[in-house]
Amino acid sequence: MIETILMIAISGLLTGGIYALVSMGLSLQYGVARVLNIAHGEFIMLGALIIWTLCISFGIYPLLSLAISAPLLFGIGFLLHRTLFTSLKTRAPSPAAVEGNSLLAAFGLIFIIQNIALLNWGSLSRSYPYLESVVWLGGTAFRVNRLVALAIAVVGGVAFYLFLTRSRQGKAIRAAAQDPATAGLMGININWVLPLCFGLGAFLAGLAGFLLSMSTTVNALMGLRYTVIALIVVVVGGLGSIPGSFIGGFILGIIGSIVNYWEPTLVLPAFYAIFMLLILVRPTGIFGK
Amino acid sequence: MNIATLFTPRNRKVFAAAFLLLVLIFLATLPLYGGSYYILVVTTILMYVVLTVSWTMFSGPTGYMSLATAAFFGVGIYIGTIVGEKLPLLVAVAAGGVGCFILALLVGLVTLRLRGIYFAIFTFGLLMFLSELILYLEINIWGSRGRHVFPASDEAVFYVMVVICVATLLTAYFIRRSRLGLAMQSIGGNEEAAAHMGVNTTRVKVLTFAISAVFMGAAGAIMAPSLIYIDPFIAFNMRYSFMPVLMAVFGGMGQFYGPVIGAAIFSYTERMLRLEYPYHYMLTFGIILILVILFLPGGLAGLIQKLQKARVISKLWNRGKEEQHANT
Repeated sequence: MIETILMIAISGLLTGGIYALVSMGLSLQYGVARVLNIAHGEFIMLGALIIWTLCISFGIYPLLSLAISAPLLFGIGFLLHRTLFTSLKTRAPSPAAVEGNSLLAAFGLIFIIQNIALLNWGSLSRSYPYLESVVWLGGTAFRVNRLVALAIAVVGGVAFYLFLTRSRQGKAIRAAAQDPATAGLMGININWVLPLCFGLGAFLAGLAGFLLSMSTTVNALMGLRYTVIALIVVVVGGLGSIPGSFIGGFILGIIGSIVNYWEPTLVLPAFYAIFMLLILVRPTGIFGK
Repeated sequence: MNIATLFTPRNRKVFAAAFLLLVLIFLATLPLYGGSYYILVVTTILMYVVLTVSWTMFSGPTGYMSLATAAFFGVGIYIGTIVGEKLPLLVAVAAGGVGCFILALLVGLVTLRLRGIYFAIFTFGLLMFLSELILYLEINIWGSRGRHVFPASDEAVFYVMVVICVATLLTAYFIRRSRLGLAMQSIGGNEEAAAHMGVNTTRVKVLTFAISAVFMGAAGAIMAPSLIYIDPFIAFNMRYSFMPVLMAVFGGMGQFYGPVIGAAIFSYTERMLRLEYPYHYMLTFGIILILVILFLPGGLAGLIQKLQKARVISKLWNRGKEEQHANT
C-alpha cells in the first residue's frame, strides 16, 4: 500500500516538474508581456530538436548544448517581441485588441515554426541515449534521466523565482506586470522589459525542451500537446502567476499520476474536466487574486 | 453614357445580386459538366465558407474569440454518422444542426460570463475535452475505436452543402442588419455600456453563439460521408478551429463578403498546393497571416474599401481642381 502511494507520488513529481517548467514560460509571457503565446509548445519543440541535433550531429554533451540552445531561443523570443508584438501593440486601438491580435499572431507563429521544423527535421520521432541507468525508489524502477530532469526543473524554477523576487531586473518585471504604463513613468524601460520577459519565456521553453529531449522521444509535431498542457497548468495556477504555475505543474502531475494508476485512458479527460471546471468556477486559478 | 455612373451604389447592388445569381446557377449546374473531382473541391470550399461565415457571425462583431468551431463540427460529424446509419441524409444533417444548437446553448450559458482570453481558452479546452471523452466512450463503452460512415453520393453531399451555405450566408446577412447584429456590435464596442443601454448581453451572446453552431454542426454532418472512416482525432481536428479564424482575418471581418472571399481563396489554394508542398504552403500561410495582422488590419475587404475610398477622394480632388480652373 505505502509502496503504491510512494510510486504514484514519485512519478507524479517527475512529470509535474516538467509540467511546471513547461508552463512557467507561458505564464511569464502572458503575465508581463500580455501575449497568450499559443506557440509556446513550438518553442519547446524547437529547443528539444536543436539539442538533439547538437548531440547527434555535433556530438556535444547534452548539458553543454543547453548552453547553446536556450540563449538562442531567448534571442529569438526577444527579437520576436521587439519586432512583431511591439508593433502590434503600438498599432492596436485598445488593450483588448492587443491581446486578440497577439493571439492571432501567435497562431501564425505556430504554422511558421512547426513547418520550418518539419522542413528541417521531418516528422520522425528522435531520441538520444543519456543517463539511462535505473534507480530503485520505494520498490519501483525510475530512470536516472527523469530524476535529473526533476532536479533541473526544481532548481530552474526556484532560481527563476528568486530572480523575479530578489533582483532589480525582476522587480522591474513585476512592476511592468502590474501596470506597464505607470512602470514606464517610474523609469522602467518598457521596450526592454517586455521583450526581455518574452525572451525569458522562450528561454524556459528551451530548458523544458531539453528536459523532454533527454527523457522522452521528441518530434516536430509535439508542440501543440505541450501548449495544451501549459494552458491547463496556467489556468490551474492562475494566469500570469509564476509561483502558481510552478505549483500547478506539480499538482497536475500528481493528479495525472493518481488517475493513471486507476484508469490510464482517463488522464487527459480528467485534466480537461479540472481545467473547464476551474475556468468556470474560479477563472483566476487556485493561487490567483 | 459615362462608365462611372455604372458604379453608383444602387447599380452596384444590382451587380452584386446578378453576380450572386450567376454563382448560384453555376453551383446548381456544376454536377452536369464538372467531374467528380471538381465537385469535391467546390464542396470543400463551401464547407470552409460555412465554417468561416458562421464563426464570424458570433466572434466578428462581439470580439469573443471562439475556438470551438472544430468542436461543433466534430459533434456534427458524429451525430450525422450515428443518425445517418438508420435515417435519410437530410434528417442526419438536421440532427447535426439541432444537436449543436443545444450543445452551444449549454456551453454558452455557462461560459459567456467569461471575458476575453478566458473564453478563447475555454473553447479550446472544450474541443480537447469532447475529443478525449468520445475516445474514452468508444474504447470503454461502445467497444469499437472509430467507425465507418454510411455512404452518400457526392452530388447529394454537394447539393446539401450548397443549401447549408446559402442558409448560412442569408442568416449572417440578416443578423448583421437586425437589432441582434447591432446589439452584438455594441457588446464588441463596450460590453458594460451595452448592458446599461438595455441590451440583454447574455441572451444576445448565447443566442448568436447557438445559431452559429447550427451551421457548423450541419456542415459536419454532411461532410461525414466523404470522410468514409471517422475517429475522434479525425472528427475533432484542431485545423477546423484554426482555419476559419485565419480565413476570416485574412478576408477581413468588417465587410460581409470578407470572410467569404478569405475562405474561398484559402481553401482553393490549400487544395491546389497542400498536397504537393505541404510544409512550404503552411509556412507561407503563417507568414501571410502575420503580415495581414500587422499591415492590413481590415483584411482583404478592408484593402478593397481603402482603394475605393482613395479612388473617390482622388476623383473629388480632380473635380475640385477643374472647377478652380474654370473659375479663374
